[in-house]
Amino acid sequence: MTDHNKRVDEATGTNLVGHEWDGIEELDTPLPRWWVYIFAGTVVFAAGYVVAYPSFPDVAGMTGWSSRGQLDAALKAEAATRAPLLNAIAATPVENLAANPQLMRSAIEGGNAAFKVNCVQCHGSSATGARGYPNLKDDDWLWGGDIVSIHTTISHGIRSQSDETRYSQMPAFADMLSKGQIQQLVTHVRSLSGQDKPNAAGAQLFAENCASCHGESGKGNREMGAPNLADGIWLYGSDRAALTQTISKARFGVMPHWAGRLDPVTIKMLATYVHSLGGGEALPQPQTATAVPPAAPAQTAAADTGTAGTGKPNVRS
Amino acid sequence: MPATLAKSGGLFLAMVLALVAMAQAQDTAFAIHMGIMALAALIAALAVMATSDVTARLGHDESVYDDAPVRWGVIATTFWGVVGLLAGLFIALQLAYPVLNFNLEYTTFGRLRPLHTSAVIFAFGGNALLCTSFFVVQRTCRARLAFPSLARFVFWGYQLFIVLAATGYLLGVTEAKEYAEPEWYVDLWLTIVWVAYLIVFGGTVIKRREPHIYVANWFYLAFIITVAMLHLVNNLSLPVSLVGAKSYSAFAGVQDALTQWWYGHNAVGFFLTAGFLAMMYYFVPKQAERPVYSYRLSIIHFWSLIFLYIWAGPHHLHYTSLPDWAQSLGMVFSVMLWMPSWGGMINGLMTLNGAWDKIRTDPIIRMMVLALAFYGMSTFEGPMMSIKSVNSLSHYTDWTIGHVHSGALGWNGMITFACMYYLAPRLWNRQRLYSLRLINWHFWLATGGIVFYNASMWVAGITQGLMWREYGADGYLVNSFAETVAAIHPMFLLRAFGGALYLSGALVFAWNIAMTIAGRIRAEAPMTETPYDARADRPLPAPASAAGALQPAE
Repeated sequence: MTDHNKRVDEATGTNLVGHEWDGIEELDTPLPRWWVYIFAGTVVFAAGYVVAYPSFPDVAGMTGWSSRGQLDAALKAEAATRAPLLNAIAATPVENLAANPQLMRSAIEGGNAAFKVNCVQCHGSSATGARGYPNLKDDDWLWGGDIVSIHTTISHGIRSQSDETRYSQMPAFADMLSKGQIQQLVTHVRSLSGQDKPNAAGAQLFAENCASCHGESGKGNREMGAPNLADGIWLYGSDRAALTQTISKARFGVMPHWAGRLDPVTIKMLATYVHSLGGGEALPQPQTATAVPPAAPAQTAAADTGTAGTGKPNVRS
Repeated sequence: MPATLAKSGGLFLAMVLALVAMAQAQDTAFAIHMGIMALAALIAALAVMATSDVTARLGHDESVYDDAPVRWGVIATTFWGVVGLLAGLFIALQLAYPVLNFNLEYTTFGRLRPLHTSAVIFAFGGNALLCTSFFVVQRTCRARLAFPSLARFVFWGYQLFIVLAATGYLLGVTEAKEYAEPEWYVDLWLTIVWVAYLIVFGGTVIKRREPHIYVANWFYLAFIITVAMLHLVNNLSLPVSLVGAKSYSAFAGVQDALTQWWYGHNAVGFFLTAGFLAMMYYFVPKQAERPVYSYRLSIIHFWSLIFLYIWAGPHHLHYTSLPDWAQSLGMVFSVMLWMPSWGGMINGLMTLNGAWDKIRTDPIIRMMVLALAFYGMSTFEGPMMSIKSVNSLSHYTDWTIGHVHSGALGWNGMITFACMYYLAPRLWNRQRLYSLRLINWHFWLATGGIVFYNASMWVAGITQGLMWREYGADGYLVNSFAETVAAIHPMFLLRAFGGALYLSGALVFAWNIAMTIAGRIRAEAPMTETPYDARADRPLPAPASAAGALQPAE
């Protein structure tokens, strides 16, 4: 500042510092006041924050806040809010939930959330399935579509490691039938859903090899998870190549069991949600006079929540 | 001549060593990389033998600046810029249309994404920093570049690093550390190159003919020294085999994460901020022909910036297993960083005091002003996003991607383009750039691209953040992850459109630079649009009859 050849920049009226590099000079402008004040403000904020919140190893802030504590409090508060409904659902058999609209709505809501975490990976976010993964929105069920059957399927899975899992196995006919016989069988199976002309040889083979599980008319058997072959809904496809593969090598789709991995209430919620998607069936034989047929309220609920998909059963192909 | 012999002999020896390593390699990727190294050593040996007397002659002429590496750097910056932006556009399209992954391991998003980030940050940005620093340090020190051979090694060694890193990503060689993906042997190579860079730059500062060190050189030095430290610490790792690509980090768990984001954030701070501020401090006053706004501000904001930046990294790990106290410190240091960052913007913008009209007439100045404006915006947005309550919404969303690109496209990209436009005619001794009007095209294409990019990513990020935390009446999450992805698909398309605009601007830039180097001048109307008619520029003489009529009555 004691530079005696001090010069003033004409355009701004500010002193030049007096240095020069490759023609670049510098003005002696003081720090902008607003810059200094905001900088000081952020430093004051930082000092206050450091005192209020944990900012040194093993030292709590004056507010006592911690991220684990915050999460813990939030979880506890949420658990307390949910407890009455969850306890009520836990105490109600799954087939009786439909009698209580409030429990029903809450179960579908919770089932929807659990479905998005645990089920969409195979059945899709709209629950319409994919090749090899059943569509849960239609009325075609391998192991039964009433709420108790669905609950059992979710709890114990299909061909899973649970002791009570649903289990059945179709034989691989490649070792038992000739290639020509398998093609006759393919034609017959396609004819059941009107995709091909009937043929006597195929029908004969079907009666001998397939009817014991799939039934003489191919309508399937839910007791052993044998699919209905006459309904035009196909899990692995109905073109000749797919059917040849199915009959020759068989299929062995696995669904995990969820009992033990999800709590009982969540499994009930999932069953209720899946039942509500549109294809849910009534219980086969009402056991007591007080049992409410679940189909009617379930379909109402489906109309309320079923906006994600097409709203009508999709045909698997 | 003995020096040439020693150099080329050493390079041949390096080639042989690389070939031995290639033969012994544990994996294909390492073998390919050693092959590239051997090829590079062979080319270098041949080049040394072919040009020995040329460099010897140039090496003793202290009366001219050594600009050859700067010229190469301008070309490399232009080339890698186009490559990196193309890769970015492609991966943006992959996010919108996953079929573009081609079901091929080499072209998956996971491998092309680091290719894009490294190409734009380290290849485009790195070459811009290298060549401008060599240009600026010579002029502001009034001294020829120290160690000319080493400077050439720095340039070509850095290009080799880029090639090794890029091919490694495609081959699946990665340390899985963001912005530090290259494996241990590439890291060692970069360390050698970087130390050579420090020696060349520092050597030139030491032999300066000016009494003081100019502010741009403080920033370049901070950038070079800090990046060396960050690179060394974050890449500490143990190779599985000395002839294999894989290594394991010296740190584990949350310590590794913290080291990584200490590195990652300061790569932004010292590579993309301090280094580019150095460019700004030389080229803005030169292009504006005005003195720097405030010497005092430059001192205060330099020291506060480099002191505060180094602590801000933990804000990348909010609400993780990182202890609360480290998260708090990361946040408060980030908040305090706001004004030190803005000091650079103020000093850049206010340098235009007395020359504001140049925004209208000089498209390079306009580009610099846009760069500084985006610098200011993203250095406000950054501290804001580091606040934990904001971060709980923004983290893991596309808002972060938008924030990064407002800094990268707006600040780093535009200031680099402006500097290249400044450098090209001077380095190749041309009368002027091929076309000023094409700069205007570039400016508006790039600006439009940034607007589309940032607006779409803000909307996408906030949509994601809000959908992720949306609860229904019973306290259950409303959306699945796939639903949030479906919701932002239109934003992915707009982002790709913005990227395409920005890339087309960069192609216009590359064309302009190439034509300037070729010595062409485009026939075009000048940029000033205010007409001037000398004949009309005079007072109206009073016509004879009217003069009589206006006489007062007698």
